[in-house]
Amino acid sequence: MYRYVLKRLAQYVPVLIGVSVIAFLLVHVLSGDPVRTMLGTGATEEQVEHVRTQLGLNAPLHVRYLSWLAGVLGGDFGRSIMSGESVSSLILTTLPRTLWLAFGAAVLSIGIGIPAGVVSAVHRYSKWDYGATLLAFGGISIPNFFLGIVLILLFAEHLAWLPSGGYVSPLADPVEGFRRLILPWIALGTALASIVMRMMRSSLLEVMNDQYIETATAKGLTRDLIRNKHAIANALIPTVTIVGLNVGYLLGGAIVIEEIFAIPGFGQLTLNAVLNRDFVVLQGVLLVTAFLFTSVNFIVDLVYAYLDPRITYE
Amino acid sequence: MTTETERARRSVFGSFLRTVRRDKLALGGAVGLAGISFVAIVTPWVIGYDPSTTNLALMLQPPSMEHPLGTDRYGRDILLRIVVGARTSLFVASLGVGIATVIGVALGSISGYYEGVVGESIMRVADTVFAFPALLLALSLVAVLGQHQYNVIVAVGIVYWPIFARITRGSVLSVKQKDFVQASQSIGERDYRIIFGEILPNVTAPIIVQATISLAVAILLESALSFLGLGVPPPDPSWGRMLAESRDFMTQAPWWTIAPGMAIVVTVLSLNFVGDALRDALDPQQEDMLEDER
Repeated sequence: MYRYVLKRLAQYVPVLIGVSVIAFLLVHVLSGDPVRTMLGTGATEEQVEHVRTQLGLNAPLHVRYLSWLAGVLGGDFGRSIMSGESVSSLILTTLPRTLWLAFGAAVLSIGIGIPAGVVSAVHRYSKWDYGATLLAFGGISIPNFFLGIVLILLFAEHLAWLPSGGYVSPLADPVEGFRRLILPWIALGTALASIVMRMMRSSLLEVMNDQYIETATAKGLTRDLIRNKHAIANALIPTVTIVGLNVGYLLGGAIVIEEIFAIPGFGQLTLNAVLNRDFVVLQGVLLVTAFLFTSVNFIVDLVYAYLDPRITYE
Repeated sequence: MTTETERARRSVFGSFLRTVRRDKLALGGAVGLAGISFVAIVTPWVIGYDPSTTNLALMLQPPSMEHPLGTDRYGRDILLRIVVGARTSLFVASLGVGIATVIGVALGSISGYYEGVVGESIMRVADTVFAFPALLLALSLVAVLGQHQYNVIVAVGIVYWPIFARITRGSVLSVKQKDFVQASQSIGERDYRIIFGEILPNVTAPIIVQATISLAVAILLESALSFLGLGVPPPDPSWGRMLAESRDFMTQAPWWTIAPGMAIVVTVLSLNFVGDALRDALDPQQEDMLEDER
């Protein structure tokens, strides 16, 4: 196990460094001159030059990268070009809202996907299986923004059961907070629920074909007992891993879902940074997102290796 | 060598046809896809008028004989714009996935064939690209490169090449151990001939499967970019942008919202059905590759 952790660390750390290089280069090299963006077209050459020196932009690229990285590691992501606010405080305000959104969507997808996958596998080729599989195909094929709009049209505009958007912290007002999050959760979680359902179905079918199941049958246990006591637990491991792998989808999807449901979260911060070409904010957003996503995958991999002894720790 | 390659290709197609015959969903998907592609390619030439022509006298008309899917706020025919939008979506997605396939297969086979520093470095770069959610990376690329149809295509290519590199590398690593490759190596055959002549023909199946599934995901990505205002720029009609434009009118004119949404669903669903059948036919090992990708 120890060696496996080292091996995964040897992959994890270079990726984090790579992520920081990409975020840095994307903004400092590809986006042209951030100072001109900042000062607008009316600025004179002297003004531009003055600000460049002030911000240390005339230093060689690797020096700038290292000083930027040092700042980031100390929690200083710079200031927004548009509003002048500190990027780290913008991130700290918006991220919890998005985590509520993503976490709820993940819970929803597990809560629906796993039972549906078990039913599908147990009653393989039945009408339940076909129905669930068809729904799952629909779930991965419908764009989350279209689903979100249809949900608003139906449940907010037409039936007026739920609010069409806005955000209230579930910690401040649990009832209103959850009421506002239900539709966004469904819109974001449906695709993931479909993926989870299909994964649970195929991994349960696979586990039920394993040799130890045969051994248990030979010992006289019934198929139902084996399935409920052993197979489902084993099939859960790869299924839950899939949810971890899709944290990136949840964070990316939040950009769209927050726009539709007017949730002032991390996704909105991202979208505004992109639309306003606010590259300092965009840089911070890219870093934080990739860091979250990579770290979740790293942890999921270790947990998976710990739970599944068949993984060789070489 | 040619015969072996050809046999591989023929059997790929043959087993897909057998699956389509067996599987009604796959048949539906294939028919749907053929229909959409046909309409997208042919119709804009056949109809005489421009889908961007506005006519305010006809604004927000509900579906009728004249306008089967109604009109939008500028009086433009929605069906016509959907048809032309199909062209945009399919063009962007297939060119983008094409780029991703070429880059991914090239880098993946280099990485698999030459293990060690080169191979590992390529995979770390792939991991790094993978560390960004597809939509976020594509949005950032378009923001940085500028909003242009070709930059959207480039963004799709950059976002999706790592999955092809991973699949190709994995397949190359296993094919490399086979006797016929080792035999060629021992008689001193050149590396590129071994890669192109012997290894790649044997890894086409998983790549075809992945390309189909990636097309579905790329159409979703393109429409999300357009929806957010950073996809293919106007005046080219795009399904995602139609949806975005319709939002302020969705209670008054729901047909305007529903039509482009359903166009995306039907196209992506068809691709997913076909991709799934291809996977069953060609590549039973690779179940649920889809999961890694979104």
